[in-house]
Amino acid sequence: MATQAAHHDAAASNRYFVPDPSAWPFVLTAALAAVVVGVAGFLENKHIGPIPIWIGSAVAIYIIFRWLRAVSLESEHGKYNQAVDSTYRMAMAWFIFSEVMFFGAFFGALWYARELSIPWLSGEGTKVATHLTLWPMFENIWPNNGPMELNGSFETVGAWGLPFINTLLLLTSGVTITMAHHALKENHRLSCILWMWATVALGVAFLGCQGYEYVHAWEGLNLTLSSGIYGSTFYMLTGFHGMHVTLGTIMLIIITCRLMSGHFKPESHFGFEGVAWYWHFVDVVWVGLFIFVYVL
Amino acid sequence: MANAEAHHDHAHGHDDHHHGPDKGIMRWIKTTNHKDLGTLYLIFAFSMFFVGGLMSLVIRAELWEPGLQFVDPEFFNQMTTMHALVMIFGGVMPAFTGLANWMVPMMVGASDMALPRVNNWGFWILPFAFTLLLSTLFMDGGAPAGGWTMYPPLVLQTGEGFPFLIFAIHLMGISSITGAINVVVTVLNLRAPGMTLLKMPLFCWTWLITAYLLIATMPVLAGAVTMLLTDKYFGTSFFTASGGGDPVMFQHIFWFFGHPEVYILILPAFGVVSTIIPAFARKPLFGYDSMVYATASIAFLSFIVWAHHMFTVGMPLAGELFFMFSTMLIAVPTGVKVFNWIATMWRGSMTFETPMLFAIAFVFLFSIGGFSGLMLAIAPVDFQYHDTYFVVAHFHYVLVPGAVFSIIAAVYYWIPKWTGVMYSEFWGKVHFWLSAIAVNVTFFPQHFSGLAGMQRRVPDYAVQFVDFNQVSTIGAFVFFIAQFIFIGNMIRCMAKKGEKATQQVWEGARGLEWTVPSPAPYHTFEDPPKVNDEILGFPSHGKAH
Repeated sequence: MATQAAHHDAAASNRYFVPDPSAWPFVLTAALAAVVVGVAGFLENKHIGPIPIWIGSAVAIYIIFRWLRAVSLESEHGKYNQAVDSTYRMAMAWFIFSEVMFFGAFFGALWYARELSIPWLSGEGTKVATHLTLWPMFENIWPNNGPMELNGSFETVGAWGLPFINTLLLLTSGVTITMAHHALKENHRLSCILWMWATVALGVAFLGCQGYEYVHAWEGLNLTLSSGIYGSTFYMLTGFHGMHVTLGTIMLIIITCRLMSGHFKPESHFGFEGVAWYWHFVDVVWVGLFIFVYVL
Repeated sequence: MANAEAHHDHAHGHDDHHHGPDKGIMRWIKTTNHKDLGTLYLIFAFSMFFVGGLMSLVIRAELWEPGLQFVDPEFFNQMTTMHALVMIFGGVMPAFTGLANWMVPMMVGASDMALPRVNNWGFWILPFAFTLLLSTLFMDGGAPAGGWTMYPPLVLQTGEGFPFLIFAIHLMGISSITGAINVVVTVLNLRAPGMTLLKMPLFCWTWLITAYLLIATMPVLAGAVTMLLTDKYFGTSFFTASGGGDPVMFQHIFWFFGHPEVYILILPAFGVVSTIIPAFARKPLFGYDSMVYATASIAFLSFIVWAHHMFTVGMPLAGELFFMFSTMLIAVPTGVKVFNWIATMWRGSMTFETPMLFAIAFVFLFSIGGFSGLMLAIAPVDFQYHDTYFVVAHFHYVLVPGAVFSIIAAVYYWIPKWTGVMYSEFWGKVHFWLSAIAVNVTFFPQHFSGLAGMQRRVPDYAVQFVDFNQVSTIGAFVFFIAQFIFIGNMIRCMAKKGEKATQQVWEGARGLEWTVPSPAPYHTFEDPPKVNDEILGFPSHGKAH
């Protein structure tokens, strides 16, 4: 008993951190609900105006900022022991896994369209009657906007122009963030910060190219969301990826600002690593997109 | 054992350093405590069981006789759709998450869930999400009425409520994923020293695997409903043949989520039953390791069987065969589980308190649902059964006397630990017998009407099905009313009226939760407890095991 008590006193300073009660999650949810109601009203032309969306978004962003700020301060003040560090690592890894599955749904849709629905509509397999009765002229080619050629003829974005440059940009940013990580571990803070800004610049450059490509495709090539299954899968996959790059770039900027204000230690910097993992995830999804959406 | 008790006295002493919970409503809004959140989840789930139950009574009342009596067909279809969405996403899933919140930290010897603030977020999303979903009932065009599976193009005809349906599902997905990540991390990261993975309580194992399924499939559902949203409002043609898409593609993506979802609804129930049966048979669980491997096998198989929900949709023959055989394979690990539960009871010193009665009823009645599932797995005969009341009977057997009975059993089993007060055993038994009889009266006749050709999701029916439907309706009303006995019994415990519970509560119960006082202190294991085979309920033949 005596030895056990001594053991526990020693352990008491190293207990797992349990935060105090917090109203942030509740307020965040209320804000998200306001956004959702506003967007639903917009979609159904209910004329409830943009106010719920603006207020909800502002409150949500403020809460997320406050919440993450609290987490980084708790970390900087040494409240997190080894177990908390493992918790964040595991949670981030599982979160990224869920994101992979989210993209999986859209990659699955692309695969299904190219390997099943378009061949079937063109008469392959057992679907020959559908083909003969409905659309006998329809052929299995890709890109494709369906037997009704929705939204008229369109051109696609060539893989080896801007998309290839974008691939190089993102792959390079994967290298620069790794350089930053090495610099941080060797306690070369200035070098780390410079490599981080280089990563941010590459991310912003990617988004700029992607934006330019969208405008060009939408207005110049007549490739829109309504361009049948090609337009649907193209914009859904690249659009959700672009949103993730945007989020990742914001996270990179925040981490870099934290580095500049002296956060993180060479041996303990999970906030940095979590963002780096996320960035690599975005990078890998892009490689998948480049191959399956642009090249093949 | 003595060690553990000494330790807990000590751990309890530390409570003085903490502020107790806040007062009033803000306690519940701001709480990061796993026990408070578990309570909130369970109260929310039982509220939704009540709402979904009322919807089922509308359905059963309308089906009392052929023709249209009480509601018009459109509203009837809204009821079948909303009943399913509310019961699955609002009832069973939050109830299991509530049980996980209460029990997983106590079972593994952790101070709380791994991410307490995220845990709070995961809960509070749900009331907002269900307010959005239920509000569609009052909108132009009403609630979604195309079935909970949301197949296009039918679901795209929903009125103004459509975006609310989609966004409510997005929010529920966020809630499930945050809850699941919390469970995974708590189980993998915060176990007491000495509790290896294969010494972990089986409820933690089944929830760990459930959480994996949730993280893997809820994002797929989110993707599927996002495509519905863009098809309706942004001109995409994922599910439109004229643009090169395919409505059947939605069914594939939906059921890639939907079949693992079935196991999300039942694996935690397996964990509950595997906890309760050894306690009242006073024997260690038979075949612990095989239970773990069987659960993992079921989870693996759940990803490669989805198209058995779509046998009549016009798949290639190879698809029909593959999904038929992979589905039948699931009977093997499930059979292992049922065998192990029976073997645990074999020659045990059994007593039949209310949790045990529900657990035994689970084994028996869930197996009936499993067998009708095997029948449905046979592709050629599924052409006869598809979209009939036989399917309705099948999945209600696995969900009501399956998942719901296990939730009820779990609440009876652990509520003395939660409140410090024993429930009324007499009213518990009355509740059990009324429920067990009524559930069979409700659902067993549906096998017959379904095999004879009665279609589901239709408010009118041919006159030869009247008898079966009237029996079914009587059963449904009795079952619904019987649940108020349960609610009353539980409120009595929460009001602290009744016999005080001991620390051990059940003579044969094993596990760390029984080494702390009843009610369990607000912060249970701030320092990890010592564990051994005796506490965890493993057969202890010396150190060698």
